[in-house]
Amino acid sequence: MKARFTITALVALLILCAGYAALFIAPDEATMHAIQRIFYFHVASWNAMFCAFFVAFYASVAYLVTGKRKWDALGVSGVEVGVLCCTIGLITGPLWARPVWGIWWTWDAKLTSTFILWLLFIAYLLLRGLVEDPEKKASLSAVFAIFASLDIPLVYLANRLWRTQHPQPVIAGGQGSGLDPTMSKVLLLCLLAVFCVMILVLIDRYRLELLRHDCAELKFEIESRGLDASEGAATPALQKGGQ
Amino acid sequence: MPASKKLSATWCEARRNALPALATQTPATPASIGVSFHNVEKRFGSLAALRGVSLEIRAGEFVALLGPNGAGKTTLLRMAALLMNPTRGAVLFTNGPAVISQRVGAQALFVRPKHAIGLVGHSTLLYDELTAAENLTLFARLYALDKIADTVATALDDCGLATRVGSLVRTFSRGMRQRLAIARALLHRPSVILLDEPAAGLDRHGLAWFSARLARLKSDGCTVLMSTHARNESLDLATRAVALAGGRVDNDSGSAGDPRALLAALRTEQ
Amino acid sequence: MTTAKAAAIILAKELRLEFRTRELLTATVIFALVVVVLFSFAFDPTAAESRRYGPGLLWIAILFAGSLMLNPSFAREQNNETLDALRMAPISSFAILLGKILANFIFMSLAELVLVPVFAVLYNLSLAGIVWRLILVLVLGTLGLTVTGTVFSAVSAHARMRELLLPLLLLPLLTPLLIAAVESTASLFAESPALDRTWFAFLAGFDIVFLTASWLLCDHLLAE
Repeated sequence: MKARFTITALVALLILCAGYAALFIAPDEATMHAIQRIFYFHVASWNAMFCAFFVAFYASVAYLVTGKRKWDALGVSGVEVGVLCCTIGLITGPLWARPVWGIWWTWDAKLTSTFILWLLFIAYLLLRGLVEDPEKKASLSAVFAIFASLDIPLVYLANRLWRTQHPQPVIAGGQGSGLDPTMSKVLLLCLLAVFCVMILVLIDRYRLELLRHDCAELKFEIESRGLDASEGAATPALQKGGQ
Repeated sequence: MPASKKLSATWCEARRNALPALATQTPATPASIGVSFHNVEKRFGSLAALRGVSLEIRAGEFVALLGPNGAGKTTLLRMAALLMNPTRGAVLFTNGPAVISQRVGAQALFVRPKHAIGLVGHSTLLYDELTAAENLTLFARLYALDKIADTVATALDDCGLATRVGSLVRTFSRGMRQRLAIARALLHRPSVILLDEPAAGLDRHGLAWFSARLARLKSDGCTVLMSTHARNESLDLATRAVALAGGRVDNDSGSAGDPRALLAALRTEQ
Repeated sequence: MTTAKAAAIILAKELRLEFRTRELLTATVIFALVVVVLFSFAFDPTAAESRRYGPGLLWIAILFAGSLMLNPSFAREQNNETLDALRMAPISSFAILLGKILANFIFMSLAELVLVPVFAVLYNLSLAGIVWRLILVLVLGTLGLTVTGTVFSAVSAHARMRELLLPLLLLPLLTPLLIAAVESTASLFAESPALDRTWFAFLAGFDIVFLTASWLLCDHLLAE
């Protein structure tokens, strides 16, 4: 418990440092000025999103192979955190694009693929909400997560192939090309900080899912021993769960 | 748990091997398969259908599963029918002392004796938009039976639907559907017969036919598991009665015991 | 029994069930036609415009019709729990899925057989000289649609609001297929028709990826 508190505090400190660095230490960009500073968190959230979805994909495969509940819990946690990061990316993107390119949205390959990715994993969460039986929910949503993950490279490839055949809007002007050394250091810090936040949230979400499961287990235990849940007599079951 | 690790390692191989093995299996397996449940638990979310049922049903036993609605009879039968995995515990199929198949948690081991199992479920398991003959022909083909036309004709004749061969099941009465459902389940001559409230909807004539059919199966050495919450004449065939209540075995007359006391209790209840 | 033989039995059953009533097929064709006609109000269907939008409209109509038509594939097995009977039979679960995929493929193809000529007439597009290549594109596109659609029909059959859920699961997943199919078709409807090899290969790749995935995952899909 104490270790968790320390880690959380450290990550909070890290993200504060990253925020400070992005806002005050990184040099001003020549053409975009202050608005460019959103870039540090925009890129970092994309990065975290891919990690989270990869965790979800891995956990889904692991669930179908082993049938262990914990993988299902990790899968849903990965998707939820991934969708969160994706939403942040999808919001910061247009905020940045509007003043710089003069448009909120462009149907560029990366943007479009990410949007589809977001839709797919929202559908995953919907599916989980609509299936009653927990085992069915776990296996069907794992199947869907695997299909969705397989689809993502195809979506990106299709969009890449497609957009190269059409006049392409100027995007990001090759941001990786001429990055100032300080800028890349700040970017690295932000990548690390957001990644740590993502992992922290992911682990907490995973714990929550396991706790929910334990809770259901305990309720079941109480019920099956014929004890009344409202009575204090439920202690034997609680002790067993506490082991 | 090293034991479960080992199980999961062999599981994949067993699954792979299961398909070709099934293909070579003869359609009518010798009738000597027993079913045993080892501390089986089944949950649907927070709802528990079974809370640790242990039962050893030997080959050739005729077991009446008794108990009120929600006691877990259907779940137990569906698990024996390989339609459902236990949340905990194991379901084993035995041939004498040898275990031929088992399911532990979410895992199935060895060959699943699908050929040997017949189920009359809560629903009819029939296609309403197909005719009686088409329904039986479909399942005869899926079970790779020989002389399909003859088998189907005999089965339809036996269940008294010979005159309605070409009618859609949709147009059948409840009793006729049930008779066809029973004929469908027994078409491939299973040696483990699972019956979930099989008498539902049968009239006096239908019940007499059904009891006679069961008596023949019993003398052939089939293992029968029949759930019921109401009395009917086919219960006289039972060699053992098991009463379930709240997902547990409440009372079991045992393999050597006399089921009549338990069955009599059921009768007076009605 | 081999998977192929078992799948053929399931396929025969599906065809028999459908051709007895033809309800699903009729509804699908009518729905696709409605979509095509509605598009003519949204876009000006003159020849030049329709060359640009035509392939897109055609495939949107096919995808929408498919996402509605595929729903009953598993949902109607629930009436008398007939899926349980199939699962109890000594056949592999891929056989059940494959039989249904093939049946749905045939239904979709039949619907397209009506839809495409009507579409060509309404939007004043000439099919002369491109028929076989167009059929090739339609076959690959429809295969991708029916493979993923049948899989998700099995998924959504267990959910509440399944009629709404299936398109939500299916349509985003089909975006690569849509792009590839539209571009292949557009290359055929162009001034000088020539099948775009890249997109055609992409369509084939999509089909292979998802057919393989459904083969690998079908046990989990149909298990209780």
